[in-house]
Amino acid sequence: MSDNHKLTDMSRWGLKKSPWAFHLSTGSCNNCDIELLDALTPRFDVERFGILLVGSPRHADILFVTGIVTVQALPRLIHVYNQIAKPCLVIALGTCACTGGIFDGSYHQIGPVDKIIPVDVYIPGCPPKPEAIISGVVKALAKI
Amino acid sequence: MRTTIPIGPYHPLLEEPELFRVVVEGERIVDIDWRTSWNHRGIEKIAESKTYEQALFLVERICGICSTSHPIAFCNAVEDLADIEIPDRAKYIRTIVAELERIHSHLLWLGLAGHYIGYHTVWMWAWRYREPICELFEIISGNRQSYAMMKIGGVRQDIKEETIPIIMKTINELEPKIHMFADAILDDPVMLARLRNVGKLSKEDAINWCTVGPVARSAGVDIDIRRDYPYASYDRVEWKVITQVDGDVLAVAVVRLLEILESIKIIRQCLEKMPPGPLQVEVPEIPVGEGIGVEEAPRGECFHYVQSDGTNCPYRLKIRAPSYVNIPCFRSRFIGERISDILLILASVDPCYCCTNRTIKIDNGKVKSTMTDKDLLELSWKETEQLREHYKGYPGGGLLE
Ligand code: SF4
Repeated sequence: MSDNHKLTDMSRWGLKKSPWAFHLSTGSCNNCDIELLDALTPRFDVERFGILLVGSPRHADILFVTGIVTVQALPRLIHVYNQIAKPCLVIALGTCACTGGIFDGSYHQIGPVDKIIPVDVYIPGCPPKPEAIISGVVKALAKI
Repeated sequence: MRTTIPIGPYHPLLEEPELFRVVVEGERIVDIDWRTSWNHRGIEKIAESKTYEQALFLVERICGICSTSHPIAFCNAVEDLADIEIPDRAKYIRTIVAELERIHSHLLWLGLAGHYIGYHTVWMWAWRYREPICELFEIISGNRQSYAMMKIGGVRQDIKEETIPIIMKTINELEPKIHMFADAILDDPVMLARLRNVGKLSKEDAINWCTVGPVARSAGVDIDIRRDYPYASYDRVEWKVITQVDGDVLAVAVVRLLEILESIKIIRQCLEKMPPGPLQVEVPEIPVGEGIGVEEAPRGECFHYVQSDGTNCPYRLKIRAPSYVNIPCFRSRFIGERISDILLILASVDPCYCCTNRTIKIDNGKVKSTMTDKDLLELSWKETEQLREHYKGYPGGGLLE
């Protein structure tokens, strides 16, 4: 949680219960995105805890960013981040988002994500297993 | 009156960024244009700085869903270049992994198609059935996706004796479920009304737009790399190429469903026939030359071209992924359809946008086709500089520094 968004008791209470997530792919290989969706489907079913993927960043409490942040995706990342109501949690999903991974050094890369926006939780793995994603979200919520 | 509807680049229904500009007159679509490259990672260029062994992991990450098709195509290309014949057991293991991947990819597609038409039961259902396949991958290779099974000259890991019954059990359990699923979808009047005669592609159009894979087969074009240019062990097992004639979304769904059953058949035979033996052969020094590798990915023909200058890194790698070839046929499928069917037709091709991202440089109105490392880097620096300027005042923009 970046310093300029200090948590009040109210926002802490609001964030903790059934966090809604927005997912943004900024130059990923698709795998992380699929594993994220997978966490919603019956085997893992995080929807039972009220975690939901939403269609608009304005409704979201958590921003999942996957991918290396390409030159073309950068403006969108900044726009989406600015649209999310603060305070929000930002989760870098996958090795790509954490460090650039195998694509590090590409001419089209600007990331990793934490160079652009403050990141709260890193979930490494290529791709991380749904269990890892869930545990990442739990860690993020524990930070509040 | 004409209106342009933008879909994307970040649309709630699409997992990956891409932009479709759909021009409509009332309810009817009259034109469509397509933009991409939010996901462009410069893989062909990065590959030139990796050794052949490392490049294998890179091509695996072109697309997460076809994460074994690209490595197989790349291995085929390098093996063609260096004249390597892989051992029999490796051939069977490649076939098994590729077919398991086809099952998981087709189930994933079915689920997403259900998601696109707002039928979430189908989505949850299909992904529930896909889960045991992912678990199988975890048992075989240690990872649910991106299995890293392929290696130039063979495969990296064995399918152990004790794993074979587990695979058998899983696919045996899956088969009746697929039958049930197929019946449920094809008997459902709502599904039929939604899918039939939507986004029709005629056989001529399918050929003229150079479609490949299930899209072409659903329109009656009888092509399949597995049969036409056999690799791995496809020429040693009994199976048939599934085709349909209608070319609509229903036909694509039927092709994919029946292909799952064919894949189960192939896996079963491979597991029975798989001979004992070595997993890989010694890879000689890669000679100067060029090689071509093809593979039938779940979405169609995947093509890799490798050029070598005798060093241990590829001099040039060219990739032609199936989605890139299939997407242009949208122009013939969309025009005349209704707005509500847009996403369904988009989904019918099962496009994977990660594979389709390209970059070009336009200099004084001319497309510059040859770019060196330096050009590309300069281009990227220049663009970052511009963005920095543009986002100076924004919160978060300052973090670009
Ligand atoms: S971390 Fe790995 S799986 Fe995830 S997007 Fe990057 S390359 Fe793909």
